Amino acid sequence: MAGVSDTVGLLQSPLDAVHRRLGATFTDFGGWELPVRFGSDLAEHKAVRTAAGQFDLSHMAQFDLVGPGAGPGLDYALMGEHSTMPLGRASYSMILTPEGTVIDDLIVYRLGQEHYFVISNAANRLVVAAALKERLAGFDTTLEDQTLARALIAVQGPASLDVISAAGLPQATQLGYYRAMEYTLEAVPIVVARTGYTGENGFEVSCPREEAEDLWQLFARAGEPFGLVPCGLACRDTLRLEAAMPLYGHELDLDTTPIEGGQGAFVRPKAADFVGAAALRERTPRKHLVGLRGEGRRAARAGYQLSAPDGAPAGHVTSGALSPTLGYPIALASVLGPEAPAAGTVLQVDIRGTSTPYTVVPTPFYTKEKK
Amino acid sequence: MTIPASLSYTADHEWVSAPQGPTARVGVTEYAAQALGDVVFLDLPAVGQAVTGGEQCGEIESTKSVSALFAPVSGTVSAVNQAAVDAPELVNEDPFGEGWLFEVSPVSGQGELLGAEAYAALTAEGE
Repeated sequence: MAGVSDTVGLLQSPLDAVHRRLGATFTDFGGWELPVRFGSDLAEHKAVRTAAGQFDLSHMAQFDLVGPGAGPGLDYALMGEHSTMPLGRASYSMILTPEGTVIDDLIVYRLGQEHYFVISNAANRLVVAAALKERLAGFDTTLEDQTLARALIAVQGPASLDVISAAGLPQATQLGYYRAMEYTLEAVPIVVARTGYTGENGFEVSCPREEAEDLWQLFARAGEPFGLVPCGLACRDTLRLEAAMPLYGHELDLDTTPIEGGQGAFVRPKAADFVGAAALRERTPRKHLVGLRGEGRRAARAGYQLSAPDGAPAGHVTSGALSPTLGYPIALASVLGPEAPAAGTVLQVDIRGTSTPYTVVPTPFYTKEKK
Repeated sequence: MTIPASLSYTADHEWVSAPQGPTARVGVTEYAAQALGDVVFLDLPAVGQAVTGGEQCGEIESTKSVSALFAPVSGTVSAVNQAAVDAPELVNEDPFGEGWLFEVSPVSGQGELLGAEAYAALTAEGE
């Protein structure tokens, strides 16, 4: 099948033809050719904050683990405890090097007593697959990379529950946040998870590759009365940044521990003896992830250097944009030093030669209204 | 994709009307506007500032990127489109009209410019 090859060129989504009919603008991301926007990225961002948006996430890596050793194996292979996780639960986790730095961040779903489902980043798929295979070798579990056999569609936004209901899955609206269930929708077996990367309510739905187009069209039709629009990667990035969610390669990488990458809340190094746990217990953080807020409309962008009030190098911006929702520039930044700078600290960002003050602020920058 | 025949173009996707003067109006093309995505910030040369054809004179920021703005012609900036500075989305909505960026008058020279046909060929290559 065209586009389903690991070796030649960019991978194409099973929804590629749909995106082309919709007039999407494409970009290369993690080895895939994907829509960066369908029309206006600001309009798509706003739709997710106020109504709903539909994203093609078929580039995300999908792994199935089945067997009595799946849970204990993941306890060893990944940060956190997975064997004790109740059925139907999802958990944000990471796969670490023995040194405690991040190979990838991922979500683990427990779909059955001996069935786990893992979603990780596109660009790291082969690395994660190889690391999992190696680490699970001593455990009684299968590991299957389902990425090229499946698709992943996200419906995100305050109206996403209405959309999924109208699409024929009213029971899925009863799922709590970070819960997941297998359903059959129009005779198609799907996995529905109450997870997302936008800071809004929403769902991520995994389905067989050949069913992706029908599922996309089903959501599009069901969502139209609720203002659902197709959304590209540009707004996915600004949405996740407003919610201060990390993006691998920016906030997290092989030189960053989960704690240094601002994800200390997910670290329970005493809980189990997973790969990297010992290093996490011993290491002193060298840097911290902080939120920054700027004035005006000029964004501090990824890679821009920071300096302290005394002019000393202070780190760098990991992600930054003019926040579409808030109207001012926001950034995540990796600040050097054993202690995180306090909220209110002013750092200078070198924006293409112009020293520009940014203030350390609490994150997330944006929190959805509680209903 | 609109490429008005009456305008001249740079390979960097600026357009210029009346490149010989007396008053040359400058903007970015529809191709550029689409490639940039939503424009959110314009850093334009100030009125009275001298610009040189082919050299950078400002920046255009979209949500995802920063792009250099090059002056198609040399001369003195005589006007800046404040409406576009205040509402950068005009660049996306009407790049050849309401979304113009600045004017140069008098014009003292030109950078390397393309006619509409040559510019159309250039943008077709990239697709």
